[in-house]
Amino acid sequence: METIVFSTLNGVLYGLLLFMLSSGLTLIFSMMGVLNFAHASFYMLGAYFAYAIGATTGFWAAMLLAPILVAGVGALVERYGLRNVHRHGHVAELLFTFGIAFLIEEIVKLIWGRNPVPYSPPAVLQQPLFTLWGTQYPSFRVFMMIVAVLMFITLWLMLKKTRIGLIVQAALTHPHMVGHLGHNVPLVFMGVFAVGCGMAALAGVIGGALLVTDPAMALTLGPIVFVVVVVGGMGSLGGAFVASILIGLIQTFAVAVDASLSDLLARFGVMVSNRSDLGRITLAQVAPMLPFLLLVLVLIFRPRGLMGARES
Amino acid sequence: MTRIDRRQFVGSALAATALTGMPALAQGEPIRIAYIDPLSGPFANVGDNGLKQFQFEAARINASGGINGRKMEVVGFDNKTNPKEAIVQLEKAIDQGFRFVSQGNGSSVAAAIIEAVDKHNERNPNQSMLYLNYAAVDPAFTNDKCSFWHFRFDADADMKMAAMTDYLKGLANIKKVYIIGQDYSFGKAVADSAVAMLKIKRPDIEIVGNELHPLGRVRDFVPYITKMRAAGAQAVITGNWGTDMTLLIKAASDTGFNVPFLTYYGGGLGAPTAMGKSAIGLVKQITEWHANIENIGMDQVVTDFKKLHNLDYYYFRVKVMFDMLAAAMKKANSSDPKAVALALEGLEIDTPTGKAMMQKENHQLIQPLYISTFAENVKFDLENTGFGFKTDVRIEGPATVTPTTCRMQRPAA
Repeated sequence: METIVFSTLNGVLYGLLLFMLSSGLTLIFSMMGVLNFAHASFYMLGAYFAYAIGATTGFWAAMLLAPILVAGVGALVERYGLRNVHRHGHVAELLFTFGIAFLIEEIVKLIWGRNPVPYSPPAVLQQPLFTLWGTQYPSFRVFMMIVAVLMFITLWLMLKKTRIGLIVQAALTHPHMVGHLGHNVPLVFMGVFAVGCGMAALAGVIGGALLVTDPAMALTLGPIVFVVVVVGGMGSLGGAFVASILIGLIQTFAVAVDASLSDLLARFGVMVSNRSDLGRITLAQVAPMLPFLLLVLVLIFRPRGLMGARES
Repeated sequence: MTRIDRRQFVGSALAATALTGMPALAQGEPIRIAYIDPLSGPFANVGDNGLKQFQFEAARINASGGINGRKMEVVGFDNKTNPKEAIVQLEKAIDQGFRFVSQGNGSSVAAAIIEAVDKHNERNPNQSMLYLNYAAVDPAFTNDKCSFWHFRFDADADMKMAAMTDYLKGLANIKKVYIIGQDYSFGKAVADSAVAMLKIKRPDIEIVGNELHPLGRVRDFVPYITKMRAAGAQAVITGNWGTDMTLLIKAASDTGFNVPFLTYYGGGLGAPTAMGKSAIGLVKQITEWHANIENIGMDQVVTDFKKLHNLDYYYFRVKVMFDMLAAAMKKANSSDPKAVALALEGLEIDTPTGKAMMQKENHQLIQPLYISTFAENVKFDLENTGFGFKTDVRIEGPATVTPTTCRMQRPAA
């Protein structure tokens, strides 16, 4: 019982962090068709900016300022980089974002060094919020959940209920038509890119304090964000939300369940010694692989993802 | 082709400078050590810290008159933590006339150097090289793969585990231990050695979990902590390093899982900063020294090094290594690697922490070890965090000796 409750809590938490990170990407990916490899790098920038700003202004102001600053960086990258590269097709865009990712990583190393920086949540949020069966649950984790859910609701309302959202959605499927109607589509693209980067940065502000702020943080979360986008369905915020939570839960429960491949096969009547190379692999060891297995399966059997709006 | 040409060019240029410098020095020519460790790439910070300390120790010996009237000099060679590159750099050092080589980061690199040095010495008995290993801890180097030309100044992974399990022997209230490690050779070796030694020293201890997690891929360790708690673990043994260790400790602290974590690399570069307050009272490390051992006369050294480089003095064993090298050279009245190696065998010196002895049968240094806990309010903190280590127990040198399978092949006299 304890294990189930905590694994669910942990899974949802990890899922929400993934959602914060991937919601921006799913917008960028679906609108502009850009596989933004640098997305996780903006997440990292968010953490480092918050660390640097927070040293003078404190955590709360940094939490507001860092995403705005990163959004500005994102806007510049789109306006002066991506827009020019766009003409040369998808491969060029892909390589461009790939280069940006490396650039950001090297710059971060140059400025802040290769070692982790001491970036931690404010003291108010470091106390445990409640204790269940002897396990403390830190308030910062709950705070993170609240921020993520608020972000989801805000984004969803903005996309579905406002005029801006209407234009964004229209530009998503019919960019030329929206352009002919007199809307500045490139400006919309720049806005979406900036907001996407800002959201990644917000995830970084929180993720960096929750986990570790070091130059490797982008690289470790980068690939899994794409899984979320593909599994959830391109351009679907709801899909990204569901996929994030699903992946969070799968990974957490895989660690919690102490079963090996031989146990699993035994269920199907296949006997494999748990000392053999294959049989001794435990579910926990497979955990980091599962999201990618899901990615492959979804691409084969349901290319538009769980809630994707269009096939492509 | 152009690459080789350039390298040859640089090589000959260096050789030329070495040659022109030679006659002037003649008698007082320095004893040079090639420091072959990462000076670029992801582990550059570790290698750089080491090099600074090597040079610090060389300067100390030179200030007290050098060895047999000669000065010591340390030159850095960048191996990029890559065994192949290390061999290239070793050859470069040999060409430049170095007779002593030192390396520590990565047992795979160390294995390559041992092999290359052995081969070189077999072919060039009059130009032999000596390898001083200050941190590569694979037990094989002083057991099955031992070599006459290799000396290790750090306790190997098994010796450290033996000390850890000895420490557990004294904690009768710990009945359930959890072992967690990174899924690669070192993590597995630590787990196997922990299981084997606990069985002998504390047969009553139940190993409630023995788990390997993917190397550098886990972001949130809370699920693992949940599992440890569910298993009723009262202590955790881990060989984790880098972010895998700091994240593990953060997750434990976040969820209030306050059991001792016995680590190999709790004080490694970057770890104190990343763990911060979360590690207080939780993280224990096993080392040959830490800055807060009182009244052994090391305080001034720590302060001087910090003032000079704004870095923490970390490798006490490098100091021991230089002192032993000096003692061996004085004893042999020579700086010929073979004579020095023979003089090092069985050599015993007094160090600030106690006696240090180089075992003759496998070239492993025996020195006292300390188990210490991450704490607040210490005299010397690490990485300007305000936190440092405090001693729990001191383990005398002889208690750390493990049996060896080494059959040393000594060169003919």
